[in-house]
Amino acid sequence: MMKSKADEEDFWNSSKCKPFTFDDEDDEFSKLKESKQTVKNIRPLVDEDEDEDDVEKISWSGEPVGSISWSVRETAASSQRTEREPAFPKINTDTPAISRSLSGYSLSALFKGGTAQSDSSVRLYAPELRKPKSEYKDIVSDWSPEHTVQRMQQGKVVHLEKFRSLQDKLLLLDFAVSAHDGNVITAVLIYLKRTLSKEVLFRELESRQTALRHFIHYLTETRDQRLLLELLRSRTSPLLQYKEHLSIADENKRRDFLKSCLSLPFSPEDSAHVQDHYTLLERQIIIEATDRHAERGGKVEIFQKFPRRASILNMPLITTLYYCCFYHYHESEGTYSSPLNIRQTFRISDKQYFVTALAARAKLKAWSDVDALFTSRNWLGFTRKKSPLSFQRVVDILHRNSAPTQVLQEYVGLVDDSDLRISLAQKHKCHDIVINTYRDLKDRQLLLGYLSKVERGSAEAGKINQLLSNQQIRWRN
Amino acid sequence: MAAHLSYGRVNLNILREAARKELREFLDKCAGSKAIVWDEYLTGPFGLIAQYSLLKEHEVEKMFTLKSGRLPSAEVKNIIFFVRPRLELMDIIAENVFREDKLHSSRDFHILFVPRRSLLCEQRLKEQGVLGSFINIDEYILDLIPYDGDLLSMEYESAFRECYLENDQTSLYHTAKGLMTLQALYGTIPQIYGKGECARHVANMMLRMKREFAGSQNQILPVFDTLLLLDRNVDLLTPLATQLTYEGLIDEIYGISNGYVKLPPEKFAQKKQGEASKDLPTEPKKLQLNSAEELYAEIRDKNFNAVGAALSKKAKIISAAFEERHNAKTVGEIKQFVSQLPHMQAARSSLANHTSIAELIKDITTSEAFFDNLTVEQEFMTGVDTDKVNIYIEDSIAQKDPLIKILRLVCMQSVCNNGLKQKVLDYYKREILQTYGYEHILTLNNLEKVGLLKPQTSSRNNYPTIRKTLKLWMEDANEQNPNDISYVYSGYAPLSIRLTQVLARPGWRSIEEVLKMLPGPHFEERQQLPAGLHKKRKDQYSLGLLFALLLTTQNK
Repeated sequence: MMKSKADEEDFWNSSKCKPFTFDDEDDEFSKLKESKQTVKNIRPLVDEDEDEDDVEKISWSGEPVGSISWSVRETAASSQRTEREPAFPKINTDTPAISRSLSGYSLSALFKGGTAQSDSSVRLYAPELRKPKSEYKDIVSDWSPEHTVQRMQQGKVVHLEKFRSLQDKLLLLDFAVSAHDGNVITAVLIYLKRTLSKEVLFRELESRQTALRHFIHYLTETRDQRLLLELLRSRTSPLLQYKEHLSIADENKRRDFLKSCLSLPFSPEDSAHVQDHYTLLERQIIIEATDRHAERGGKVEIFQKFPRRASILNMPLITTLYYCCFYHYHESEGTYSSPLNIRQTFRISDKQYFVTALAARAKLKAWSDVDALFTSRNWLGFTRKKSPLSFQRVVDILHRNSAPTQVLQEYVGLVDDSDLRISLAQKHKCHDIVINTYRDLKDRQLLLGYLSKVERGSAEAGKINQLLSNQQIRWRN
Repeated sequence: MAAHLSYGRVNLNILREAARKELREFLDKCAGSKAIVWDEYLTGPFGLIAQYSLLKEHEVEKMFTLKSGRLPSAEVKNIIFFVRPRLELMDIIAENVFREDKLHSSRDFHILFVPRRSLLCEQRLKEQGVLGSFINIDEYILDLIPYDGDLLSMEYESAFRECYLENDQTSLYHTAKGLMTLQALYGTIPQIYGKGECARHVANMMLRMKREFAGSQNQILPVFDTLLLLDRNVDLLTPLATQLTYEGLIDEIYGISNGYVKLPPEKFAQKKQGEASKDLPTEPKKLQLNSAEELYAEIRDKNFNAVGAALSKKAKIISAAFEERHNAKTVGEIKQFVSQLPHMQAARSSLANHTSIAELIKDITTSEAFFDNLTVEQEFMTGVDTDKVNIYIEDSIAQKDPLIKILRLVCMQSVCNNGLKQKVLDYYKREILQTYGYEHILTLNNLEKVGLLKPQTSSRNNYPTIRKTLKLWMEDANEQNPNDISYVYSGYAPLSIRLTQVLARPGWRSIEEVLKMLPGPHFEERQQLPAGLHKKRKDQYSLGLLFALLLTTQNK
């Protein structure tokens, strides 16, 4: 089973640079097999002692017994018997509000200064570690913006009311920003929000992007929608406003919102994409209404045979195209749901269109449509097969949609490269192609070898035997 | 329990002990029996600091997961909430407290905010009318967590996103704070080097905090000689490449979080001989991965191509050890053998686990899809055809492969070409938006903002210069007996590692040109040591600090 030691070393050391070329399958497997074997052999010897005290105990979930997350479950489970609730109470982290990876604590967490009344509990546990000595000398005479920001970072009482003029307030904000402490920045912003008119505040934030970001986050966290929208409308990037569409569930409202976005000053490319997004949703709404109606009516055969699995609303463009190739393939170009119309309107590339149409028609086993996709006539009126995809990919897609051998055979035959053609033909059992290729190569040996791979007495076997006994062919070997 | 933390050249148990001490002190503040209600997210990071036994010693009798509704009943004096300062969690706490009061009135409530208190959150509690119910409101600063014998982590997943996308640099403040704690325990680090805007900010904050300490000099002999601060955006390439070490692949495929990985259970079913496995467990198998496990420490950093050989070698050793029992003749020898059994048994189960994991990984690494993807990555990293639309990426989009895979490749092409030609970029964008949805305008926009994706602005592509000067690509990487770090990516040597190596010898002055091509300033600072500590420091340590890059920049 194993190669000799020298061979083995050689093999492992010689595999250069190109990673994961496990050329010698046996060898690699035997390594793992060997360690598996060892594990198995040793088991009976030690199984009895599985619960020895010296060995760290591991619960099935793999956490060492006694770890925090293990214990949370254990103690929760034990006290929940009466409540009949699942043993793993989970916070629903799927809601966007929680899963958002914005760190809640950096932006929304705030300085401790405002909570001076509960001073008794502000104490830290290991002051010698965390706190500079200067914090213990409480000098209150210095009310420079810099010092104030420092005090806020240390969680001490501050009187922001001392900063009266606009200039002072902005200076305070700038110092807070340069301290890189989100808590302090937010605290100063709250003060500014309270004491400045929003026009002035918005204007000043415009030139202070960091502070602006914090302010937007603060408004989002506190759900101050009114001010937030006003702020977004007044200035920030059109993309931020566009993003709001994600929070609109109703499709008609969402469409109208997208329409209102069209006039925003996007970059030319973004503007084209937003326009497409709007056009797509508008169409999806129309198609969805029509098709749902048709499906309920029960008169349209295709919806009966292949009930729709989901609504098409808010699906990506290519998914929509697939859907239309599936349910609306032969519609005239004038309708909203016609694949050709969609292809034109959204400037879908040839490749994408072919892949999608091919997959949809193959799924329906509409082989004549598949055939038609590739057929083009030249000026003499002869037909020939053309494809923007390699025929190898075509075969792959057809195979995945479980096309029968007859169909596969036709496209395997169109693969130009003879080696690739043979390997594909062998993989998909297109015997004729293999046999014909060997015949064309005049390779008697390979043909003879292939005889063993086809069923005895089958038509293919007959064909091979016929060829082998054909005196006309000048075999190369 | 955390012995592996002291194996490294620096005993990180000191840091862990300091963190544990603070935890104990807080627990003792709440006298009497207690129940802890956990923000589930925190159990991971806390698990790296303490075990349940420590909490138990301080009268923690029950632990629950924070969720809305009524608190489970428990005969305890204190209820302590361990939470991140998030408003939505405050609402849950308020509900808990509100519904509790009607039943018992004798239980005391406390909140421990991790890592900081927040006025916003306290205001929310006040609005909900429960703020007065809390006896203690405190904060527990969890900055640098000892993750392994040679690794500290802030476990701050969103730092990159916050710094580069949201202009929120609070994470830098926490970084500086954490480094100050580190210096308080291990001595002032005399030399600080750095590259990048954020690195500069952190160094500035550290120096400022040190000035505030003025008067109280740190008398601990410095353990660390040099601190190197690197911005993530100096090296965007490395996290885009598929990791090829054993641990790296576990992370790529299954994701390691807080030192744990969840694996498909089938391979781990414990089958007794002759017994058909009727009920396979459906819950994922959870394993802890760190250097405390001898075998894992040995193979974690190996190129996966070398793991098979290492496992097989280990198997032979273990077999041989078990065979010893036949040679044990005297009572003494038998006793000796038996005393080693537990250790051998642990080694056996460790071998079993890693053999199963290696098999799972191998199924993937030997697949055609994995190989094709890797080939394209390597072409990009060596600078092949980075300026045109890549057929493989195009086909992958047409097949609707996971978006993250597409984005990784497109970004990698962009980084390796110092930006994509406008035509190429537009083409990719259109294909992505059409296939995955127009709302990803936002995703693409985010990637552009942080520099992972960009149009080529100058006609000169400086990536080849960087690659050649720093030797980022090694043709003959030796995966079995590596002599250069390039073995980890089977050819690519991580840029940040190269920067670290050059800094150690011969120094950054030799690569000024390249440093200028990379974003942000580079700098050097010296921190004065107290006079008494100017003795010769024999040991040379360098501690690299890198921001973990998270690729989930989608939508928000």
